[in-house]
This record gives sequence, structure tokens and C-alpha cells, in this order.
Amino acid sequence: MSQTHVVSVPRSTTRPGAVRIPLREIVPWAVFTTVLALLVLFFVTTEAGAVSLVSDGLVHEFVHDGRHLLAFPCH
Amino acid sequence: MMRTLLVRGMLAGLTAGLFAAVFAFVVGEPPVDTAIGLEEAGGTESHGTASHSAESHAEAPGHAAPPDHTGSSGHEAESGSAHGHDHGDDALVGRGVQSTVGLLTGVTGYAVAVGGLFAIAFAAVQGRVTTLRPRVSAALLAAGGFAVVVLVPFLKYPANPPAVGQAGTIEDRTALYFGFVALSLVAAMVAVAVGRAVADRVGAANGGLLGVGAYVTVMAVAGALLPAVDEVPDGFPGSLLWDFRLASLGTQVVLWCALGLAFAVLAERAMGPDAARGPGNARGREGPADDPVAVRQ
Repeated sequence: MSQTHVVSVPRSTTRPGAVRIPLREIVPWAVFTTVLALLVLFFVTTEAGAVSLVSDGLVHEFVHDGRHLLAFPCH
Repeated sequence: MMRTLLVRGMLAGLTAGLFAAVFAFVVGEPPVDTAIGLEEAGGTESHGTASHSAESHAEAPGHAAPPDHTGSSGHEAESGSAHGHDHGDDALVGRGVQSTVGLLTGVTGYAVAVGGLFAIAFAAVQGRVTTLRPRVSAALLAAGGFAVVVLVPFLKYPANPPAVGQAGTIEDRTALYFGFVALSLVAAMVAVAVGRAVADRVGAANGGLLGVGAYVTVMAVAGALLPAVDEVPDGFPGSLLWDFRLASLGTQVVLWCALGLAFAVLAERAMGPDAARGPGNARGREGPADDPVAVRQ
């Protein structure tokens, strides 16, 4: 396999893996994704456990099994 | 490129979530159901130590169920009220929904979110920490991500089924768990940075070994120092605990494997050596791209 990679180098215009996305392009997307992902993760993993935003427990009970099986503290 | 990667990361996450949810339903639901049965039968209410009696449950602040909810039914008051947590027919969400649509929603939501973050992490390391081709980087990143985000925290604070865990300690347990995950992530990032810097002088293999060794050392020390959580009630079947924990770990293994493999394929198409030659070409060479004959032509 590793030989394959070496052999394939001359065929490519750039070295495989040399694609490097500039940090200034990554950062805005990273912030956006992190905020969205943390929001989703909060509701799946924590809501109405230790911290409660929507206090009727509906979200907690809806994702209850997933929270247990994804190894998060549930109750 | 970032937008493409992000979309593909979330797509890979969605795929992984579907696989993991099916695994969780088939393998994980039976022990969950059994544990809930034990919880509602009240056979495990003593929760391990005598100091944590029913009073401490009743006083426990911040738990999910509001008072009107807990007290809404005589059945609950008799059997499951120590947890203030409903699984039966009287619950806000019935077991039939929890174990199917709820499970699917929870697991895929988690997987899509992790897929998005995975894509960001991939973009950050590709071309910097690793110059391997994209699919190899993606597979290695998934393996590392699983170890750092799931496996190491699991070894210290393993998953617990329903009926295990005192309601009054949920805040401490949550803080310990997420704190340990955060520590694991930070330690891993520092280890990667150190290993990468060292790799320039002593080679990639030595740098990688040093990074892994540093991470393992830090986490082993932290794991030894941080308090343990052991709230398995007296009389809770050991085999059931094992089945549940294995199913839980298995769900995460399926999720991260599928995420890594799906993203590897998608990232290779987006950033691999074939991508520059046009999408049509890349699509046609999807499978045999590392076929030595094809590559050497």
C-alpha cells in the first residue's frame, strides 16, 4: 500500500494529501459548526439531566435510550 | 472546500447514526428494557449504599421530572418514584417511542453533530499534521477520535443502564464525565502538536509514538486521581451491566467506524489526487483508486 502511494506521486499535479485548507477559511466554519453541534449535543446528552432549559423533561425522555446507549450520564 | 467538507462530514455522520441506531436498537434495547423492568419492580431502589436512601432521592434537586409529573400516578408513586423518572405507560414519552424514534433521533442527532465537528478536525489536520492521502487521514482521525472522545472516558466513567445511578449525584457525574472528555480532548490536541513538532526532527513514527505515549500517560494519571463513580445498586445483575456496557461501547464503535469510512470515501473524492482531474473522473475511480495497476499506468 505504501509503495502504491509513492508510485502515485508523479501522476498527481500535487502530492496526495498536500491539500491544506488555510486556517482563515476553516475558522468561521469551525465556529459555526461548533455552536450548532454543541446545541444539538446538549439536547441529546444533557438537557434535563444536570442542566435543564426546557424543564418538562420531554426532550430528556425522548432521547432517553440514545443517551444511555451513547454512554452519557442520564439520571 | 470547507463547505463541501462540512456537508460531507454531516452526511457521513447521518449514515453512521443510522447504522449505530440499528445496532443500538437490536443489541442495546434488550438490556435497557431489562434494566427498566428492574427499576420499576423496585428491586434495586437501595442504590448501593445505605446512606442514599429514599429521602435523598426525594430531596434531589435538578432532576428531570417535575413534581406534578412524578406524583401524577399511584403506580409511579409505588414503584418508580424514587427515580422521579418515568418509563412506563404514564410517561411523557412511552417506551415504544423511546426505543425507536427517540433512539433514532438521539443517535443520529449526536452522529450528525459529531460528523460536523469531525469534518472541521479533518480540515485542520489534513496537510498539517498528516500528509497522507485524505482517506487514510480520515480513517486514522476516526480511530483517534473514538479513542479520545469515547473509549478513554468510557474506561474511567463507563455507561450506566437505567436503574444504575443515584438521582442526587447526576450533576457531579455529568461534570466529571464531560470534564474528563474535555481533558481527554485537550490532552490529545497537545499530544498531537508535540508529536508533530518532534516528528520533524526524529521522524513520523517516533513523533507519533511520543504523542500517543504522552497522551496515555496524562490520561492514566488523571484517571487515577479523579474520583470514581460506582453507583451500581446491590443486587443489580452483573451480566446485565456487562451486556449494557458492551452494547453501549458497540454502538459507539459502529458509529465511529461508519463515520470514518464514509467520510474517508467522501473526503477522498473532494480532496484526493483524483479530485483535481474533475468530478466525473473521480467518481469513475471511486473503488479502485489504490489499485496498483491503475495507479502505475
